[in-house]
Amino acid sequence: MTESSLKPIRRLQLPFQIHVEQRLEDVPRWFPVLISFGAIVVALILGGIIIVIAGGDPFATYIHIARASFGSLGVFSDTLVKATPLIFVGLACALAFKMRLWNIGAEGQFFMGAWGASLVVLLPILPSETPQWLFILVMLVVGMVCGAIWGFIPGFLKAKLQVNEIITTLMMNYIAVSWVNYFIFAVWTEGGFQMSRMFPKNAWLPRLSDLAESMPIFRGLTTHSGLLLALVAAGVVWFILFRSQWGYEIRLLGDNRDAARYAGISVARNTIFVMMLSGALAGLAGMSEISGVVHRLQGAISPGYGFTGIIVAWLAKLNPAAVIVVSILFGALILAGREIQPSGIPKMIQGCILVCLIASDFLLRYRVYITRRIQE
Amino acid sequence: MDLIIILQAGVASGTVLLFATIGEIFTERSGVLNLGIEGMMLVGAMTSFSITLKTGNPWLGVVAAMAAAGLISQIHAFITVTLQADQVVSGLSVSFLGTGLSLVLGEGLSKAGTVSLLPSFSIPYLSQIPLLGPVFFTKQSVLVYIGYLVFPLCWYFINKTRPGMHLRAVGEYPAAADALGINVYRLRYLYVFVGGMFSGVAGATISLAVSPGWFSELTTAGQGWIAVGLVIFAQWNPLRAAVGSYVFGALRRLILDIQGPLLLFGLPNPFYYNPYYGFFLQMIPYAFTIIVLILGSREAMRKRMGAPAALGLPYIRGQRGL
Repeated sequence: MTESSLKPIRRLQLPFQIHVEQRLEDVPRWFPVLISFGAIVVALILGGIIIVIAGGDPFATYIHIARASFGSLGVFSDTLVKATPLIFVGLACALAFKMRLWNIGAEGQFFMGAWGASLVVLLPILPSETPQWLFILVMLVVGMVCGAIWGFIPGFLKAKLQVNEIITTLMMNYIAVSWVNYFIFAVWTEGGFQMSRMFPKNAWLPRLSDLAESMPIFRGLTTHSGLLLALVAAGVVWFILFRSQWGYEIRLLGDNRDAARYAGISVARNTIFVMMLSGALAGLAGMSEISGVVHRLQGAISPGYGFTGIIVAWLAKLNPAAVIVVSILFGALILAGREIQPSGIPKMIQGCILVCLIASDFLLRYRVYITRRIQE
Repeated sequence: MDLIIILQAGVASGTVLLFATIGEIFTERSGVLNLGIEGMMLVGAMTSFSITLKTGNPWLGVVAAMAAAGLISQIHAFITVTLQADQVVSGLSVSFLGTGLSLVLGEGLSKAGTVSLLPSFSIPYLSQIPLLGPVFFTKQSVLVYIGYLVFPLCWYFINKTRPGMHLRAVGEYPAAADALGINVYRLRYLYVFVGGMFSGVAGATISLAVSPGWFSELTTAGQGWIAVGLVIFAQWNPLRAAVGSYVFGALRRLILDIQGPLLLFGLPNPFYYNPYYGFFLQMIPYAFTIIVLILGSREAMRKRMGAPAALGLPYIRGQRGL
């Protein structure tokens, strides 16, 4: 062997060493919150750098977002309006993800829910002089059923034929959008415009501003009772997941599918039911948006709520209570994002947040510390 | 409606899917599922278009698209290989990030006008072959011809060469590969990068050859996701991927062209007289993807073959498992 081949490989010597060690003990409860918060800060910094590259001013953008969404009671009310569908789709995703079912079809289920709710008014299933409570109840049910059907198809294919649910749910999104487009272009079009006629007033979810007669402070506030429904839904999902036997089965299936199967839990049945409930929740989002905000069926009813729901669910660590808080933050982002140029910024920030969030999970599982390198 | 012309254009649009699918096959064969293709394709399409606009040289655009999409893919590699996070969620996040990035950085590109495109030409002699000649070898973009070379080469590389065997070993049984001295982490980074570069080329194929321009999210219109589905249909085999891609490409073209003629099979064309039926035509590629997946999964179950055994699982040295 020659002299040169014995030479040690010269490696880059940093003045410090990074150690990574698996955590054996549980982290305190505040720790994940801190890590998530840190991840968001890092994401906003990265987003800011990209905004600079694109030729914008990150500080002005962020200040604008904060002011346009939390600046006054009026805009905060609008933020809550945007948060309402996010709570529903966030819950839909959280429920499915808890079982490690990747339902990324909330967008399509949202559209089908909106279509189903419109069906009640426009087919019409109910005459336009039906009392408000009945109208809204039927719209709720039909919207949920349509969303559930859209969730059932991928769930059934997954349960019976092991067809990858990620692809099927995604493809169902595109199909749902085309389906709704057909109806607003060809069937329910009003005067050649790509939208249906306005729904009668008794098909509207009541708004805060409806109470302005007795309480003037509510004048002009757009927050609608869909928010109440969303809060109830969050409670129901929390109860199902953490206080019922079904929820226990879902969580066990998510944590260890084999163990659950050996314990006699049916994977197929739970797959179908969870996908249906998930779809129904996303369908509710569509119904509440149609009946509470838009009051007609049209094409541009969702700025990607279904996809944002995935991020909301993940940021909330699949916890229904946290979904509410996170939805409000993302509602703010969507609300303010409408006026920001370039228009892709909210989507880009959402992507940054999700990337940083997933990367930060590493810190929950591993302890990382840095020591000075000892001179040899 | 000339069938030859539809098939010819179908081969071109199938090339987009071909590149994306082949890239994902490399990535998944190494045991990493990358759902970020759609985002990486958008980054590739945006980068290639904007670089070509600035420099006037479409080849620079293609190279830049490969570099940019490859770079984005390394985020996924870092999160899944080094940080061992869930590959599904990481892939989704990369897709969001890529989409958002391309929208922000591509702002205004849609009105930027036309760029110089990659050259198109006919191949002498081969284009004379009846039927095959006009479909495959006449006035196609150079990227289409590259596609013809790429898929058999990739098949040969994966199945018949030593590095290809290492690739399969890392995806099937990383612990054994590691014991043989193959660097599992490095190879996974490498093949995620390869997948990213292919996605970049797929994006560039759209914006510089098949349907030139930048139309924000509509540039890809879900083709990245269709590619993920095609990988399953192809059973991780580049030859089957080529068949699937070209069939899909032809289908996409057929849907666009079927609305044109007055008569269809001698009958009045319903899609011409009621253009709104076009919305149902638009559903077909997506519905077809689901059907293809159903067929593919049945076949995979019957033959007990297909997916790399370690697909989706992080490799942690020294930990028991696969």
